[in-house]
Amino acid sequence: MKTSVVCFPGSNCEMDTIRAVEALTGQSPELAWHKEKLPAGTDLVLLPGGFSYGDYLRVGAIARFSPVMQSVIEHANAGGLVLGICNGFQILLEAGLLPGAMVRNESLHFVCKWTYLRTERHDLAFTSCVPDVVKIPVAHATGNYFIDQAGLKKLQDNGQIVFRYCDSDGNVSAEANPNGSVDNIAGICNERGNVLGMMPHPERAISQELGSDAGASILRAALGCVAEKI
Amino acid sequence: MIKARVVVMLKADVMDPQGVAVGQALESLGHGHVKKVRVGRAFDLELDTNDPAQAEADVRKMCESLLANMVIEKFEVTVEQPSAAGVA
Repeated sequence: MKTSVVCFPGSNCEMDTIRAVEALTGQSPELAWHKEKLPAGTDLVLLPGGFSYGDYLRVGAIARFSPVMQSVIEHANAGGLVLGICNGFQILLEAGLLPGAMVRNESLHFVCKWTYLRTERHDLAFTSCVPDVVKIPVAHATGNYFIDQAGLKKLQDNGQIVFRYCDSDGNVSAEANPNGSVDNIAGICNERGNVLGMMPHPERAISQELGSDAGASILRAALGCVAEKI
Repeated sequence: MIKARVVVMLKADVMDPQGVAVGQALESLGHGHVKKVRVGRAFDLELDTNDPAQAEADVRKMCESLLANMVIEKFEVTVEQPSAAGVA
């Protein structure tokens, strides 16, 4: 089993992500620098949060053209698992691995708080052991997911909406939406289901001491799936 | 040398929270007659070519691949005719 965490200039959650993987598996993932290719034999790619390339131009827009992303795209197209968290999600959108785009939060504020997510699918590598409602924090200024009506219908019809912002009882409501995202979308996958992007940070919710261990269920699912392959 | 200007704006159906905030600020400054503000981004490019048609085609490609996100944004390209010195 091999997990690689990609680091761009301006990433700032790569160490949290590495620590989370270590805590859950006892093994250290590889760190892939943006100028390199993915380490050979990578099964799971984690794109961490942060502000890659200073968020210049648009969030994730420059990272998309980095050498490492070319091999992430090849990995994804070959069916390999990719999980993009926050800035990682934004990069997946810019890279075209996931549909839609991010715009500034409706409030124009940087939103940093706990959110509840309703898990809409349990059959993905990332969600096989994730409860119906999970408490995971968000921290972003540009997490307002946009897709046009035709695109939204396609996401809904294909079951590509994986997480939606909700209240603690699992009710999806406008009040529970922290950023104005279309249809309360917090995370989506590609049609094949091997690429997942989500704005909330599962790596920041891996122990009750930190307020929630629900994020561990997502990472454990992805890591567990990788382990099963071996 | 040919100069080109690219203006990138959010599409009409994409909400522009920045534009709303700027509009509110203008209103608080006493410009209550401003009914709508949309915020965009402009790029000035200098291209080492004397072919305006080619320059425009190249800049459009740049817009579609990097300068604009075609999911949420639209762009306009204005190409300046080559200067007399450039033609010579």
